[in-house]
Amino acid sequence: MKPQHRLGAAALPRWTHPVAWWAWALGLVACVSRTTNPLLHALIVSVAGWVVARRRPEAPWANSFALFCRLGIVVIAIRVVVAMILGGGLGDHVLFTLPSIQLPDWVAGITLGGPVTAEALLSALYEGAVIAAILACIGAANSLASPARLLATVPAALYEVGVSIVVALSFAPQLVADVSRVQTARRLRGRPHRGVRALAGSAMPVFEGALERAVDLAAAMDSRGYGRTRPMKPRDQFIARVLVLISLIALSIGVYALVDGVDGSWVSWSFVAIGIICAMVGLRIAGRRSIRTRYRPDPWALPEWLVLLSGWIPAALFIAVAVNDPASLTGQTSPLQWPALPAIPAIAVLMAALPGIVTPLPPGGGPASTGVASELRRQEVLS
Amino acid sequence: MITFDDVSITYSGATQPVLSHVNLTIPEGELVLVVGRTGSGKSTLLKCVNGLVPHFTGGTLSGRVTVAGRDTRTHPPRELADVVGIVPQDPMSGFVTDVVEDELAYGMESLGLAPDVMRRRVEETLDLLGLAHLRNRALMSLSGGERQRVAIGAVLTTHPSVLVLDEPTSALDPGAAEEVLAALQRLVHDLGVTVLMAEHRLERVVQYADRVIVVGGPGEAIRMGTPDEIMIDAPVAPPVVELGRLAGWDPLPLSVRDARRCAAPLRERLEPFVSDLSVATNMYGDEALSMSDAIVRHGHTVALRGISISAQAGEIVAVMGRNGAGKSTLLGTLVGLHGLNGGSASVGNAAPASLRGRELVTRVGLVPQDPTHLLVADSVRDECSATDLDCGLAAGSTRRTLDRLAPGIKDDTHPRDLSEGQRLALALAIVLAADPPIVLLDEPTRGLDYPAKQQLVAILKSLAQEGRCVLLATHDVELAADVATRVIVLADGEIVADGPAPDVVIGSPMFAPQVSKVLSPQPWLTVAQVARALEPAS
Repeated sequence: MKPQHRLGAAALPRWTHPVAWWAWALGLVACVSRTTNPLLHALIVSVAGWVVARRRPEAPWANSFALFCRLGIVVIAIRVVVAMILGGGLGDHVLFTLPSIQLPDWVAGITLGGPVTAEALLSALYEGAVIAAILACIGAANSLASPARLLATVPAALYEVGVSIVVALSFAPQLVADVSRVQTARRLRGRPHRGVRALAGSAMPVFEGALERAVDLAAAMDSRGYGRTRPMKPRDQFIARVLVLISLIALSIGVYALVDGVDGSWVSWSFVAIGIICAMVGLRIAGRRSIRTRYRPDPWALPEWLVLLSGWIPAALFIAVAVNDPASLTGQTSPLQWPALPAIPAIAVLMAALPGIVTPLPPGGGPASTGVASELRRQEVLS
Repeated sequence: MITFDDVSITYSGATQPVLSHVNLTIPEGELVLVVGRTGSGKSTLLKCVNGLVPHFTGGTLSGRVTVAGRDTRTHPPRELADVVGIVPQDPMSGFVTDVVEDELAYGMESLGLAPDVMRRRVEETLDLLGLAHLRNRALMSLSGGERQRVAIGAVLTTHPSVLVLDEPTSALDPGAAEEVLAALQRLVHDLGVTVLMAEHRLERVVQYADRVIVVGGPGEAIRMGTPDEIMIDAPVAPPVVELGRLAGWDPLPLSVRDARRCAAPLRERLEPFVSDLSVATNMYGDEALSMSDAIVRHGHTVALRGISISAQAGEIVAVMGRNGAGKSTLLGTLVGLHGLNGGSASVGNAAPASLRGRELVTRVGLVPQDPTHLLVADSVRDECSATDLDCGLAAGSTRRTLDRLAPGIKDDTHPRDLSEGQRLALALAIVLAADPPIVLLDEPTRGLDYPAKQQLVAILKSLAQEGRCVLLATHDVELAADVATRVIVLADGEIVADGPAPDVVIGSPMFAPQVSKVLSPQPWLTVAQVARALEPAS
């Protein structure tokens, strides 16, 4: 067996292909979106968390999972608070009554305040949980493979676009650091450094700083050969353009037909297929212009296949169950009842934990805690 | 290797050229140092080499710059990427990827090298620069010296024949600077790379240079020569050279080692004056600031572990230590930027973290590492009048302070267009507007040339004479030797030494100034001291 095909701890430490991690995470997202059963959500998030804990690398982005989970909790909280305020008399287990506000006639139909029922709260909780679980899955993918690694795998013709996205992504944490820097400066000058006025006063310096950094980065990339191309035959250029145009038209028609439901048959699907094939060939030809090579591309071997399947088989099972036995995937809110854990979906979700065992360890000594926030602060200390 | 043929550069909107009629020929395999005052056009000269000027920055270039036979007029920077590697002043600003190994490979990927070649060169470069143990580390988590070496490695992998560096050691502590210079030395000697480097800290680099280019500024001619030729009358010179000029040594020594060889007679002459050097102590005022058992943590890292210090009015205290030792955190804690996780701190009998607005700035002022962070307005005039308003002063007060610190700054200049020294003076004027009895400066000499540094020394001494307590964090051993009455050395957030400057720095391989290294075991610190001692004798 070739070394890259070995599984789990027996394998030599290496990066698992980022596309595999993202495909696995998207499989979990598909599962989440098919169910409102909170037990299944909890199970999916725990499985994702377990895999992250076992396979996250020692890198600043590895803490994304915790970050996204916290974001998810905020989403649930907002959803529940909104449900409380908007009330709505769903169900009859009244927990407490908020003072209700009489709205003018022209917004009749919306009530603020009033009785808050257990059923309404529970259904808000379940709906919030769907979004929170999706966020957790995306956070898991972020932790396991940084978006930068994923974008390094895009086709040569799209490479430039990919780099712009990576640069844009790295902007956000920098902006946070900039804002805190400007607030520090305001404090040192004895000006108010918190509140709306302070924020308005710091916008300009923050954007100036961001722009300056972007120009510096552009200069550095240009000096290092970014954007070197080889001349392309006019004929190839023409073919590539025509193919991309055809693919756009075919995709538009296909997707329109699918969404519209005029005929959900093979015709619309074949348009989509034509579109995808044309796009792939077109991009391939356009990619000839690029002279770029890849340094140590991540191999796609047995562990990657297993990661992919352990995300997609559960998704397929969920879709099948959703068609045959939709009740088992629904979180019942009225009448109030404790949700049951359906057997087949639960087993499917447990399958998704497989990557935590079969994938090789990431290089550089496996899990460690280096949060982005503490890293940024460390930066300030160092510099 | 590099030729400048009658090159003049004028930026758009400027009335006179930055560089005019430059003629230079830099042969292969030399380490060439570019010196000159800030704003004299050093960076412009460097950026010409790979075509960033004018392709990227705009402006007009007349004449011709050729590198390895390629004309920068017809070759934009990306077409020169395989012959010129350029390392920007702040290495972090040029990083494209987020892991060390990927960053090393990035340039080669752009050039389309074969995978096996890339793999081999990455390994070679990791070894060459001593980065092998960092290969999987995130770039964000590296220290300053490590980042600088990664930035050098990242451009080296494409095997450029020319390496261009803009102030590679100015942000580094003495140890990290040594590492970077040793790496450069190796490239020049073993691989025959031509290195073109701008640097203010001549005391660190001049001994390694084969040639020195002096950029005089607008309207002045550019000179090139061997270091000892140039150093005889160069406007900027490291202390060891100044000592050599004072003692009349010939040839002029460029390194401590050369100077020690001819220093024996000078030591004999100075022997009788050593007893005059004793420092008068306890001439200071009341306690201005204090910290006891202060602990500050940033997440998992402990920045300060139980620090106890106190400083009196009229003292100038230098806080030294390697990058990341906790110097900046110490200063930040004294202005309440970081909350304490234990212990206590007090400035002017108040806990800094509890102070807001006027209460804070009238007790303590901090000039941050990058003075631009403090500046927000579009012109010097607006900046000064805003400060007058903030502090409730009569119009024009801050402007007068500024004129005292750095005369001759035009009112409508944008703060970004000021030289480093002028910008520092402006930030200091803003801080002094509230008249704080405690002034903190974080790494004030970064990017300052020698004359600007001398000005800073004078300013700091006058602040102390006014009865203020001055605390500065610095890597600059020469500055500390010059102004500090007391030196505190931090390591890993703990105090390892605290005492009068001569006691702490003399004999320390890291923190001893050049004069002290040359004249040890005698406790001389600065050229000025030696000059004063020799005056009556001559």
